Amino acid sequence: MSALDATGEELSVREALRTALREELAQDGDVFLMGQDEEDGGSFEVTAGLYEEFGRDRVRDTPISETAQVGSGVGAAATGLRPVVNVSYSDFIAICFEPLMNQAAKMQYMFAGATTMPLTVRAIEGAGFNAAAQHSGTVHTLVSHLPGLKAVAPATPRGSKGLMKACVRSDDPVVFFEHKNIYEQTGPVPEDEDFTIPIGEAAVLREGADVTVVATQQLVAEALSVAEERTDVDVEVIDPQSLSPLDTATIAESVEKTGRLIVADESPLSYGFHAEVVTRVVENEFYSLDVPVQRVGVPDTPVPFSPPLEDEILPTAEEIDLAVDRIV
Amino acid sequence: MATLDMTAPSDRRQALRRMLLIREFERAVRDNFADGEIPGFVHLYLGQEAVAVGACAALTDDDYVTSTHRGHGHCLAKGMDERRLMAELYGRSEGYCRGKGGSMHAADLDEGMLGAQPIVGAGVPLATGAGLTAQLHDRDWVGLSFFGDGAVAEGQVHESINLAATWDLPAIYVIENNLYSEGMTFEKQHNVDDLADSAAAYGIPGVVVDGMDVEAVYEAVTEARERAARGDGPTLIEAKTYRYRGHYEGDPEPYRTQAEVDEWRENRDAIDTFAARLREEDIIDEGDREEMEAAVKADIEAAIEYARDAPFPDPEEAYDDVFVEPNPDVEYFRERRDGAGSTGGAGR
Repeated sequence: MSALDATGEELSVREALRTALREELAQDGDVFLMGQDEEDGGSFEVTAGLYEEFGRDRVRDTPISETAQVGSGVGAAATGLRPVVNVSYSDFIAICFEPLMNQAAKMQYMFAGATTMPLTVRAIEGAGFNAAAQHSGTVHTLVSHLPGLKAVAPATPRGSKGLMKACVRSDDPVVFFEHKNIYEQTGPVPEDEDFTIPIGEAAVLREGADVTVVATQQLVAEALSVAEERTDVDVEVIDPQSLSPLDTATIAESVEKTGRLIVADESPLSYGFHAEVVTRVVENEFYSLDVPVQRVGVPDTPVPFSPPLEDEILPTAEEIDLAVDRIV
Repeated sequence: MATLDMTAPSDRRQALRRMLLIREFERAVRDNFADGEIPGFVHLYLGQEAVAVGACAALTDDDYVTSTHRGHGHCLAKGMDERRLMAELYGRSEGYCRGKGGSMHAADLDEGMLGAQPIVGAGVPLATGAGLTAQLHDRDWVGLSFFGDGAVAEGQVHESINLAATWDLPAIYVIENNLYSEGMTFEKQHNVDDLADSAAAYGIPGVVVDGMDVEAVYEAVTEARERAARGDGPTLIEAKTYRYRGHYEGDPEPYRTQAEVDEWRENRDAIDTFAARLREEDIIDEGDREEMEAAVKADIEAAIEYARDAPFPDPEEAYDDVFVEPNPDVEYFRERRDGAGSTGGAGR
């Protein structure tokens, strides 16, 4: 079943994530959650109720020590568990980059495959809450740059459930980026307990003939709204879902059809996700491109606090719309 | 490598032999690195043999340890094979990590070696994680982390011990205080005499032992292991020891005198001390140590021959084991290099 004809119960992104975690905790005794205030439902109440259901061994409160959370998660993963570690705001990954970058990402490689690393790290990204520079960042490009780590950033309830389950079941380390501004978004989610979305598979959320918009996280909904409103242009919207590995083929195939590419991602514009998508399209479909590509993202600034300042730097539907104007 | 019973004469001889094996291994690495046979850089364990052997003799095969950049001694004491370890140092495909790890990342999960660990202090959370697995699955292993006095200044060491203490995890933390962190003296890095004092901050036992006495280390780790197995949580052990070589091979060592090194080697050497004790107790006689030395020398020579004869890995192996699942991005770029992945080109 493609993402286009998705059916299932109507859930929010938050409920989809919680359902995925509950199902995986129930199915596999190796799975456990740890994070700050996890027993009370964790950040943004994603794990609410799971402590009551599964108890302290499986749903654990940690001291505020992100390095030890991820580092001990690596040790636990290497010795037989499937940890799901919540480091809360993705900006805090800065504190635990060592075990993420040097241990989780490299252990399988350094040991020539003698161990697996079934570690999932949950990190909450994104702006839109006036939470200022250290609670609003988008760092998925940093993680995606590291060989040995996978990075996913779903945009829909369906993607959230399918990818979370795939991550928990994966023997590879994955950082799961949740955008804090889409927890309330609802949509159909398959109820099948074995429904997963393969890591590295993009979803074509709307088919169109004229322009390809590769959008992520909260910009997917924005791109879809632009697509619905534009009667003059037929916009195809692709949610890559996985940032690394990246589904190059689906994107290239779309550009071959449309000849036009916009990449909309809420991360700094330089050296990032946008550049990777564009490069792969240029490598594969250079002669399909009719016009220069367009990027929609965050100027190379940290996220400011004051509402008009945050609004200034945050990419929106309007910016995607303007990009469409430039490209057709 | 099996647990030793240090009250049994045969096991005490075995402990001496293990220390001699590490010493001979390290001497050979020193010489062959100097000759240019071993690539990269190496950090030798010479002088600290009593810590690795004493601690690992108190562990079972199921227990996990994490090591340091100075890790060959821990690997051998935990039961890794000297031939495959040497092959790894030589970058050969017969090595434990098929040449992907080298001296600083040698690991063998089957022997409970969770990896040499050159990021200072980074092995400590890994041992905590091994303890977490034991607790969650009701397994009877412990996670033991070896780390140096320099690592004690790292934040993740504190975080990880605090986490283990909070959760009563079966973990043991062994500081090898060899008085130098790279080229910096102990006094410059710490404002205490005993690093084990910090155990008070976690509410766990802190124990100071003579790290040049294999039996003292053994007893401390045995007690810590019993405590961990009872569910009473971790122990912090500081083993006072000394490294005979510089931080790395080639280190000009401007920070200490030869007289200081000689003093430790001549008067406090762990192997001499233990061998003398075994002689006094008639567990070995005059010729036994020489025989043991000859035997381990032969083992190490065989290990070097094994490493020299082992093939280098196929260059294509550089792309393996990034992930368990096939890595589509690596494949994508390999295909492009071969020209097969491109749909573009001048003719299009």
